[in-house]
Order: sequence, then C-alpha cells, then structure tokens
Amino acid sequence: MILTYKVQGGDFSNAGKCSSEVKKVLKQLNIEPKIIKKVVIALYEGEVNIVAHAYHGVITVEIDTKQIKITLKDEGPGIPDIEKAMEQGYSTASPIVRELGFGAGMGLPNMKKNTDYMHISSQVNEGTEVILINYF
Amino acid sequence: MGVKLSDITNAVNGTVYACKEYLDDELEYAFSSDLMSDVLTIDKEDVILITGLNNIQTIRTCELAEIKYIIYARNKMINNDIIKLANENKILVIQSPYSVFKVSGILYNLGVKPIY
Repeated sequence: MILTYKVQGGDFSNAGKCSSEVKKVLKQLNIEPKIIKKVVIALYEGEVNIVAHAYHGVITVEIDTKQIKITLKDEGPGIPDIEKAMEQGYSTASPIVRELGFGAGMGLPNMKKNTDYMHISSQVNEGTEVILINYF
Repeated sequence: MGVKLSDITNAVNGTVYACKEYLDDELEYAFSSDLMSDVLTIDKEDVILITGLNNIQTIRTCELAEIKYIIYARNKMINNDIIKLANENKILVIQSPYSVFKVSGILYNLGVKPIY
C-alpha cells in the first residue's frame, strides 16, 4: 500500500493532518498500537519540519508485510550541517514555530528515537529528504 | 489507584469544553508543558496534559501521542477548531482559571503522579 500526501510550507493550521490520516489507516490495518504511536510521532515531527522550514513537500508512506517506510521530501532551504541539526537542542526555527510548541531542537532526535532506521540527505537551497523505516 | 477526572475538574475549578462523557475515567499521570516535542516523548497512556498553550497543535499532539485529557490553564481561550478536533478525537478538554503551576500542584496533591 502506498499513500501520498502534499504538505504546504507555512500552513501551520493543517500541520499534523497527514500524520492524523496515516494513523487512521494504520489502525484500520490492525498494526500494533505501539508501532503506530512510534510511526505517527516520528511522522508528525517530520511533517511539522516541512511546514516550519520548507516551501512545500510530499510525504510518501509505503506499507508492506515487513515494514512501514516513510519518505518526507521537500523543496526548501535544505540543512547545511545535518550532524549539528541532529543535536538535541539545536534549532533554526522561527518564533512562530516556537509559539506552536515546536522548534526546541527536539524534532530530529525524536524522529530517530521512534524509528528503526532514519536517513537524511539535503542540498542547501534545494531541499531535504528524510527516510524513516519502522519494522514490524 | 487513579484519580477521577471529575474530581480533577472540580479541584481546578474547571469548565469542560469537549467530551464530558470521560469525566468518570481515572488517570494516574500528568505532564505539564508548553513544548509539544517534549509531550511527544511520553510513553505512558492515561496521561493528562496541563498546558498554557492554546493552539490546534496541542490537540493534534494529544491525538498523535494518545493523550486523552487536557487542561488549558489561565482561562486560555478555547476556540471552535480546538473543540471540533477534540470531539473528533475523543479528547476531554478542561479549562481552568489557575496557572500551570497551581493546576500541577493541585493534581499532585490529589495523588496524580509525575512522568519524569
């Protein structure tokens, strides 16, 4: 099963809608609740990152019998130093993102914590691709 | 032993805005935060979130982190979008005139446990 969602940068009121829809699908598929929670929390942080930092992005969720693979691909400013971005507490988020309750430099570490595999590739001034995999 | 949500609502002088049918539920743990990423680190179920933040992301965060109860402190305005999303996701919404600090203290005295 493949699900695709478009995410608009700056659309803060809808941030999390994709994660919410994916959660509903995973529940319908009777996937273990613990795995659902981990997947949607990692996805939500990634979705908020697209809204907060990118111009627009596409989230693809591929579900098979062994794993859930999520690809978050955006067009945006990119991440100049991925290692630094992964540090707990490091953030380049704007004040508006912080007002929403995000932007404290916890997103990427939270995504890593909740997934079995995470890979980030990024080109400055082009965009970022994040791959998240959770195995069953 | 859990603490009943109706007792919590009375103790914080609370007004219920959504899902009052859950007032008979009991819970064991509370977490006070305005930082949603921090809320997303919680592993426990049956948690109540106490927050001073009043945007739609607080309910989204509860939905995705499986948190069924929320208290908005200091009479923060609860708009229709918050109520609608809370009803859709079966989240009990309580508004209290007290500060996050006072609400947290009251719940602690009632026997609600901290997470960290």
